[in-house]
Amino acid sequence: MALLEVIDLHKYFGKTEVLKGIYFSMEKGETLSVIGASGGGKTTLLRCLNFLEIPTKGKILVNGNCIFDANDERTLSEKEIRQNRLNFGLVFQNFNLFPQYTAFDNVSLALKLQAKERPDYKEKRREILKEIDEKSHGILERVGLSDKKDLYPHQLSGGQQQRVAIARALVLQPAVLFFDEPTSALDPELTGEVLKVIKQLAEEEMTMVIVTHEMNFAKEVSDQVIFMDEGLVAEQGTPDEVFGNPKNARTRAFLGKYE
Amino acid sequence: MFAEVLASLSKGFLVTLELFAITLAGAIPLGLIICFGSMSKITPIKAVVKFIVWVIRGTPLMLQLLIIYYGPGLILGSNWWGSGEHGRFIATIVAFIINYACYFSEIYRGGIQAIPVGQQEAGAVLGMTKSQIFFKITLMQVIKRIVPPMSNEIITLVKDTSLSRIIALQEVIWAGQAFMKTSGIIWPLFFTGVYYLVFSGILTMALGKLEKKLDFFRV
Repeated sequence: MALLEVIDLHKYFGKTEVLKGIYFSMEKGETLSVIGASGGGKTTLLRCLNFLEIPTKGKILVNGNCIFDANDERTLSEKEIRQNRLNFGLVFQNFNLFPQYTAFDNVSLALKLQAKERPDYKEKRREILKEIDEKSHGILERVGLSDKKDLYPHQLSGGQQQRVAIARALVLQPAVLFFDEPTSALDPELTGEVLKVIKQLAEEEMTMVIVTHEMNFAKEVSDQVIFMDEGLVAEQGTPDEVFGNPKNARTRAFLGKYE
Repeated sequence: MFAEVLASLSKGFLVTLELFAITLAGAIPLGLIICFGSMSKITPIKAVVKFIVWVIRGTPLMLQLLIIYYGPGLILGSNWWGSGEHGRFIATIVAFIINYACYFSEIYRGGIQAIPVGQQEAGAVLGMTKSQIFFKITLMQVIKRIVPPMSNEIITLVKDTSLSRIIALQEVIWAGQAFMKTSGIIWPLFFTGVYYLVFSGILTMALGKLEKKLDFFRV
């Protein structure tokens, strides 16, 4: 069964239809890259899947369970959305780290807030917090930043900030991790360290959806590639198929600009 | 003579300090309510609040003070505030709190709207509730942004308290001026400046320290 399935997703902003019926599905452990020109709906798709925008129409299934159906009021309540969001993690283009917290606190904050809602929080407080600390340290180590854990975002380079942002998303153990052009806000010499972390995650079989303009990177790490054009999935396939032998004229034109 | 003047001015300055402290204590929270009103999604609320803020910021505080103090008596035929020093003090407090709350509300609004929406979105995708996002993420950043403009307003308030002289509230200016009438000397009035200077100096230092304390992060 597909880990993530998106069925006929539409999104209107006013009268403008930005997503015109998106279908795709992915298996556990897959890396899916979404490519396409700006304005094609890539970012809106990611924002819809994380409920930063509420899709106008369509369904989202995780492990076969419908977590969102635009026609089902129950899946639209604020509480439901907050719960269902935790299936997913999102790494933003411009990091959006919390400036008043250290790298470590950025990573551990959400876990600590969640822990407070546990019924056994009062009696097991120390153990729970210790567990969160260990977990957060472990994640920061995975992205190679244990030595920077006490620094504030403004003391870190862009690449380091993005790696903290990745750690912050990972620590909640999402079923799918989304990246919205994770290297677009970075100086060219800093993209490598971020891409390396993402590649490492792909090798560890983290399920990921990456919106990117780094074509070589997409070619290298993806199991599937989607080319989006004017709010639709214009082409979908393995990297070899999409990059090597694109069937759609729009895909060919788009990829032609990168050669 | 000097001791007598000092005693009288100090007594007046206590009224000034009371006016200052109560105005702040009232205007800081009221400003937040006005701020939420001016950002309300309900159009009539937003329009009314914006109109009030426009009127209050667009007219002199001295005039507002006069209208609030004399208005009820002249228009409704009954002096709400009661007679004497107590009534004048209450009317002054009301005028000052309303006036300063409107200025504060605009500072808050600027501070809140300057926080990138990405901060809230980052909190949301981490599964935080709206109140967690406000208290754990936004609030601190808003505070950092509003401390410098709030400091300005607070220092201005120290000196604005002297406007209450217009309805004869017995604060420090009134106390200084009284010596002109009783003893025919003017220096006590000029000397009130020292009180303002010392107090605003202390405030400037304290607010500067607060600003420094928030220097550990950047927004």
